[in-house]
Amino acid sequence: MSVILSVDGLAARHGLLQAVRDVSLEVAEGETVAIVGANGAGKTTLLRSIAGAHRPSGGRIVFDGEDVTRLPAHRRVKRGIALVPEGRRLFPELTVEENLRVAAGVRRPGRWDVDAVLEAFPLLRPLRHKRAASLSGGEQQATAIGRALMSNPRLLLLDEVSLGLAPVVVDGVYRSLAGLIEGGATILLVEQDLSRALGVADRVVCMLEGRFVLEGTPAELTRERVMEAYFGFRRSAA
Amino acid sequence: MTWVNSVIHGILLGGVYALLATGLSLMFGVMRIINLAHGSLALLGAYMAFLLVEHAHISAYLALVPVLPGALVVGYLLQRTMLERSLRAGVLVPLLTTFGLLIVIGNLLQEFFSPDVHSLNPGSIGPAAWRITSRLSIPAFDALILGIAILVLGILQLVLTRTQIGRELRATAADPDAAELVGVDSRAVYARATAIAVATAALAGVFFAMRSTFDPTAGPTQLIYAFEAVVIGGMGSLWGTLAGGIVLGVSQTVGAQINPQYFALAGHVVFLAVLVARTILESGGLRVRLGLRRVAT
Amino acid sequence: MTAVAAPAPTARVERWTWLSGGFTAALAGLIGLLAFGPVLWSQNALNNLIQLYFLVVLAVMWNALAGYGGLVSVGQQAFIGIGAYAVVFLSLQHSLEPYLAMLIATLIGAAVSIPVAAVVLWLRGGAFAIGTWVVAEAFAILVSLDPNPAIGGGTGTSALIPFNTRYTPTQRLNYTYWASLGTAAVLLAILFVLLRSRLGASLQAIRDDEGAAASVGVRVLLGKGVLFVLAGGGCAAAGALILAWQLSIQPLGPDSIFGVNWSAKMIFMVLVGGLGTFEGPIIGAIVLYLLQTYVSSSGVWYFVMLGGIAIGFALLLPRGIWGTIQERFNVQLLPVGYRLRGRS
Repeated sequence: MSVILSVDGLAARHGLLQAVRDVSLEVAEGETVAIVGANGAGKTTLLRSIAGAHRPSGGRIVFDGEDVTRLPAHRRVKRGIALVPEGRRLFPELTVEENLRVAAGVRRPGRWDVDAVLEAFPLLRPLRHKRAASLSGGEQQATAIGRALMSNPRLLLLDEVSLGLAPVVVDGVYRSLAGLIEGGATILLVEQDLSRALGVADRVVCMLEGRFVLEGTPAELTRERVMEAYFGFRRSAA
Repeated sequence: MTWVNSVIHGILLGGVYALLATGLSLMFGVMRIINLAHGSLALLGAYMAFLLVEHAHISAYLALVPVLPGALVVGYLLQRTMLERSLRAGVLVPLLTTFGLLIVIGNLLQEFFSPDVHSLNPGSIGPAAWRITSRLSIPAFDALILGIAILVLGILQLVLTRTQIGRELRATAADPDAAELVGVDSRAVYARATAIAVATAALAGVFFAMRSTFDPTAGPTQLIYAFEAVVIGGMGSLWGTLAGGIVLGVSQTVGAQINPQYFALAGHVVFLAVLVARTILESGGLRVRLGLRRVAT
Repeated sequence: MTAVAAPAPTARVERWTWLSGGFTAALAGLIGLLAFGPVLWSQNALNNLIQLYFLVVLAVMWNALAGYGGLVSVGQQAFIGIGAYAVVFLSLQHSLEPYLAMLIATLIGAAVSIPVAAVVLWLRGGAFAIGTWVVAEAFAILVSLDPNPAIGGGTGTSALIPFNTRYTPTQRLNYTYWASLGTAAVLLAILFVLLRSRLGASLQAIRDDEGAAASVGVRVLLGKGVLFVLAGGGCAAAGALILAWQLSIQPLGPDSIFGVNWSAKMIFMVLVGGLGTFEGPIIGAIVLYLLQTYVSSSGVWYFVMLGGIAIGFALLLPRGIWGTIQERFNVQLLPVGYRLRGRS
């Protein structure tokens, strides 16, 4: 499998805070990588930097062989990176269909169009012409993922898709994700729910205070080790 | 002139204001910028048409053919050079730079065109009117302007709702950051919005110049009328701008019916009254607004 | 293991530094020196300095609104006009002593600003800007429609008679000089005290984040209201001084006493000097005054230049001359803030 995303020594500030420190990461095509960590660990800043919505203060991002570090977000979408932002960020006064169609403007070739999205997320079919602001959390999440898919990305970034949603709804979201993964999608997702992350990813990375502190496959990592890395406990000699 | 006549004239005048205010409303809706130079840009359009009419000896309508695309370019450049930076610099800065632009345009016009009053010839439609009764007549040219205003607003509304450009515009207006993340170049969208705004301003300016006289100091007045129309109709709504323009027009003509010198003043009074009424209604009570209650911690 | 005790606090909060103390003393001394102007300098110089002083007043007032309150007003000329016309009305119609009329005009300006504030202070940003402008236009029209011969309607009026029947031209010059110097000094002092008070801190908070300020109990509207009334009175005082200086006024047109060109000048001075700093508007007034005196005092290219410079500063040097100096060298000549001093 070829490496599609290569992040090298990335550093990013969030206001006065150094949110991302010296992060290096490689994602191979077809892989699903999960980034876990507590609030404020820098996960969202990292994802936004990869998507181009946040300007890094140092390091490089190479996508599909091209250095995209200085490329603005809308150009990265054209290259094939799509982010489903934290909190969904749908356009409230636009309908579901309009939300989807805005993202089709980049005109990347691929199988995703409005009909394909509605097929993948059948719950959206009756909501096609409904204002995004009037949707429930789960419906919004489905729309947001669908919207990102409309640009036919090669790399899909998902930021906290389970946030604020009922477990049953999250189940549905992850079922759809499983479908995407089966289809060969390359996914980099940020997830606070540890079990979900371990359940869906090929590789898990744990982030703490802007750094990667633990990395491995779900088989290699026990819950205990991850919890330690999550909270930064270090068991000193008793 | 009878009262009914003055109301009708006011409604037609509303068409002029609506056309003028469209660009202002658009820029505010998309970028939250109030372009204080908007009236001056409309006036600039009128003067450019005037130049063409005087030197190329064409009709004012024909002058629109080069003036409108020119205005699109001016708007696009204005956004990419000045307003883009102003937006990034903070909320106060666009006001300051567009005010500076107002001063610059107004004084440049005065320098190059003298303070004299000018007018554009509307052609044979100018004096035409439909006589309904012996005391009631509808000026044809004003009706034309209202028709054009409705047409422009209609086209704009269609573009916003049915086209990809329109979707991108609405999306960027709602959330420029999220729009970027789905591949929309927000800076290009803003530039398009400003281009359209300046073009409609120029269109309005040319028709205004055909309807009445103009001079280099007319810019600020037109800005104020356009703004009053936008506020009365509700900011950020295109059809609201039409309604606001009509209310303003009627206020002015009815005021003028009472006393010709009350023309502008009547508009100002109605504007301020709507402002106060809307704030009271929206805030849910004066007590809260006067800060008489400390916010509990 | 024993816990490490927290170190005793070593930082002190200070308001005055040697620099600011020295400068404030020097400023007081300068004002004292300037008061001897009529003895020291020519009539021409005094005439020019009067302009400088009322420009300072205008700049300081506009900065109080925009820099400390975040209120960009394009309508302060409403109060300039009110101040000027009030003096004419009181001294012409009611035969009041002109300089007393000027004092009352200031109070009238402050009083009128209260109902105006009730109408416009709800507005934000550009809506506030144009709202204040509309108010100014409305006042101008009302004045131009006034049939009272003392007001003079659209053609304007003059305070020639009340001044000339009481004073010689030299006396008018000297008294106006002291009145304008005094007004500038007093308003600076009021603003200084205001900014050092609790209101000053809350204004800073409002400027930084209105919502957050309100949530900790800052009365946002009251703070803005105080600034608006101060600016109303201050601009009225400036209008009164302008009247005493030029004697004749008209209500209509961009160059009139109610004209938008006054706002253009205020915005220019504050942008160039430094928005939101105490010293900035004074510097901006000096710059405008120098341009006015040595380049050209009127004419269209002059205003084109002013507008262009204002745009340039807003885009390239948004902190103004003083703001940039202040940021670069961390210097503050007048102690309106707090400084933290301690051993590291």
